[in-house]
Amino acid sequence: MNNLLRGLLNLPPQASTYAQDVDLLHYFVISATMLGALFVFLLAIYYLVRYRRRHPRPLTAQVSTAVPVEIAIIGGLLSLFLVFWVVGASQYNHMMTAPPDAIPIYVTAKQWMWKFSYPDGRASMDVLTVPVNRPVTLVMTSRDVIHSFYVPAFRMKHDVVPGRYYTAWFQANTPGTYAIECAEYCGVDHSRMIGHVQVLSQPDYGRWLDGQGVRTAEGFAGASATEGGDLAETGRAVASRNGCFNCHTLDGQPHIGPTWARLYDSQVTMNDGRVLVADEAYLTRSMMDPQVDLVAGYKGVMPTYRGILQEPEVAALVEFIKSLRSQPFQPVIRLPHVEPINSAQRQEPQP
Amino acid sequence: MTTIDVGVVPVPHREAPSRETYLNVAYTVKSWALTTDHKRIGILYLVTTTFALLLGGVFALVLRTEHLTPDQTIIDAYTYNRMFTMHGIVMVWLFMIPSIPTAFGNFLLPMMIGAKDVAFPRLNLASYYIYVAGVVWVIVALWMGGADTGWTFYAPYSAHSPSAVVPTVFGIFILGWSTIITGVNFIVTTHTMRAKGVTWFRMPLFVWAMYGVSIIQTLATPVLAISLLIVGIDHWFDWGLFDPHRGGDPVLYQHLFWFYSHPAVYIMILPAMGVISEVVPTFSHKNPASYKAIAYSTLGIAFVGFGTWGHHMFVAGISLFDAAAFGVLSMLVAIFSAIKVFTWVLTMRRGSVAVATPMIYFFAFLFLFVFGGMTGVAVATQSLDVHWHDTYFVVAHFHFIMVGGTLTAWLAALHYWFPKITGRMYPERWGIVAGTIVFAGFFMTFFPQFLLGNGGMARRYYYYDPVYQPLHVVSTVGAWLLGAAMLLTLCYLLVACFTGPPAGANPWDSRSYEWYTPSPPPKHNFPAEPVFELDPYDYTVPFPGELKAGGEQAPQEAPHA
Repeated sequence: MNNLLRGLLNLPPQASTYAQDVDLLHYFVISATMLGALFVFLLAIYYLVRYRRRHPRPLTAQVSTAVPVEIAIIGGLLSLFLVFWVVGASQYNHMMTAPPDAIPIYVTAKQWMWKFSYPDGRASMDVLTVPVNRPVTLVMTSRDVIHSFYVPAFRMKHDVVPGRYYTAWFQANTPGTYAIECAEYCGVDHSRMIGHVQVLSQPDYGRWLDGQGVRTAEGFAGASATEGGDLAETGRAVASRNGCFNCHTLDGQPHIGPTWARLYDSQVTMNDGRVLVADEAYLTRSMMDPQVDLVAGYKGVMPTYRGILQEPEVAALVEFIKSLRSQPFQPVIRLPHVEPINSAQRQEPQP
Repeated sequence: MTTIDVGVVPVPHREAPSRETYLNVAYTVKSWALTTDHKRIGILYLVTTTFALLLGGVFALVLRTEHLTPDQTIIDAYTYNRMFTMHGIVMVWLFMIPSIPTAFGNFLLPMMIGAKDVAFPRLNLASYYIYVAGVVWVIVALWMGGADTGWTFYAPYSAHSPSAVVPTVFGIFILGWSTIITGVNFIVTTHTMRAKGVTWFRMPLFVWAMYGVSIIQTLATPVLAISLLIVGIDHWFDWGLFDPHRGGDPVLYQHLFWFYSHPAVYIMILPAMGVISEVVPTFSHKNPASYKAIAYSTLGIAFVGFGTWGHHMFVAGISLFDAAAFGVLSMLVAIFSAIKVFTWVLTMRRGSVAVATPMIYFFAFLFLFVFGGMTGVAVATQSLDVHWHDTYFVVAHFHFIMVGGTLTAWLAALHYWFPKITGRMYPERWGIVAGTIVFAGFFMTFFPQFLLGNGGMARRYYYYDPVYQPLHVVSTVGAWLLGAAMLLTLCYLLVACFTGPPAGANPWDSRSYEWYTPSPPPKHNFPAEPVFELDPYDYTVPFPGELKAGGEQAPQEAPHA
């Protein structure tokens, strides 16, 4: 039944964990659409025939629809639409919330290519390699204009916006190669901005992680070049170069800014009482718009790093902060009160 | 059915041929170019918007022909990108938004409330010339090569695009003024100039639609004007107000753009609904199944429509809460449209339904609008929209509902009020044949695009995967069919303008107020001060007859009870 309807509706394979659920809702909604349109159209045809004009210039009695009938029609339709909404919104929330154990991969889009950076420091162009049956989180940004990361077979899509870092996730359920399309118009070669997701079986993925090439049905899956070591180590160097350690410690000590130790995935209380989870989006937002979310107890003295940090550097920094999630805390030493450095004295970060 | 019996026999011309009408009062170019008569301004708008429709239609046919093959067929990628942009701009701002309100709204609204003109006749003429200035700017932009950003002008691409963005957005900025002025004019006219007997709930439903659309136009258009002005400044002076590398926010632009452009969908469809609300009671010869349901749902759409823009941004990075709120509001606004649909269909029940060209277009409208509207509910379902967003499914959806709705209603209006505007009848057989081909061509063009979108065909793609080719070919052939039917319609209507048989005041035996005056109407709409005693949808008694000079009414032949 699923395959029959999928074929009739011209839908691609269901290669992610949530694809089939989305399609089931799709069948329901589209059936209601077609039956609804057909019912209204046929009812009108029936009235046209049944009450066709028999005399020129006839007179008719005033007939108005009874209010209970109107309420029944409105109530019935509203209930149907609310069912769409409840199911659709809960699926959407599931699709937009990455599971905590997902493998992070950094996506940088530019006109007209996709670049993927993996946690072990490797990178690849236009081919994304992921294991089957493991959730994968994409942390995505763009270097120029808005793009949109779209894998039809996963029923997954998210815009990739310059200056912002959005996360999207999927869990592939069948090994194979699936097209990545850019779905947001981005210039003359928009329709050439095509990539592929290479979903590997667990043994193949193991070999790929070891740096061996993997031969698949579609060809040779990238033994991609490394970018000089571990991504987290690159992140430490980036932090050092940009003066992050002047305010942020790695050992749990509060300083001018909050510590990075055990920061990732922790709950952080803001000075206006909100409690946020320090995920990739939070960390990147704090670099780009530090005044938006001020942690309780700290002053808003951090400058923006927008335009100073390059996209791959941000990815490396986030990965570095994530590597500190299990950093042991040192005993907290209360320092004498230190006046925060004001902006005039602040040393400009090195680009 | 072998013969088409429309059941209405044109009443022979009773007047002496020398009767003064708004058409024969003067023939000079100046009398048209400087007219403050709302009817003549309506005609000017009708001619100019029809020209825009032709221009946008030619773009559409070139685009569809290009998609006959997956690679280059007739134009290159950069030309394709500029052409789909200009197709969208011309169709949305030059044709669909002004088409019904400025041509038919201008012509009919004062007559439907028994007024001599709109409240501000000279402002009305000014709005026409502002519209023309906007059209000229858009054509200048075309001549400079056109913009390639898509009609949405998404930042930051629009700031860096190599194409003629600045003249294009400036043209649209000018068009916005025309829209706002017309909106204000209609609101004031409706409030202050209703004749004796025309209370709020005895206004023809088309007037309600014009009132609703004027509110949206007046409130939403300034937001678009400012946003597009900033896009122009970003492009020209490189200020970077929406550019993240300078601290701007491209997602903010999307909020601003859709805050206008989602209500703009209702700017396009509410007038169409108004036309249908007139056509169905007239040809069913029956009162609407619920007048108040149509009137109130017009206002409901006008206001709730302002709270739904976020459903264009489910994958653009909005919070889960925002997405859910915009999702449920979008469901609500669909209910108001559904109320109207059921009211139209139930209006036919126990009526006396004639088959005529406007009714053919009503049936086309009904199918396209309900199917398009329900797919709108589908794309407002958040998890489904993730797959459909920016694919051909969305393209097919909005062509069904916006274009299918507006174009069929515009054609229905053109035929329904053709006797009132020209004083002559159009050829009914040609009308029915052309109307049927329009519907078939439209369905054939856009139905395959739903399937293309399901398959993952992203919109605005110049190259596409060859697996999509068969559906693209069907769609292209459908577009040619639609184009041919539109040309056929243009031809027979132009001929009928000069050779059609005289129509008489009320060929459809309608009760709506614009039919009380002779066709074509005199310069000041009614030969005498009108007093409307009947409801505009009261088919229980015979038509009291057209209004004569001196205020008496001439009864028609005896009706069949």
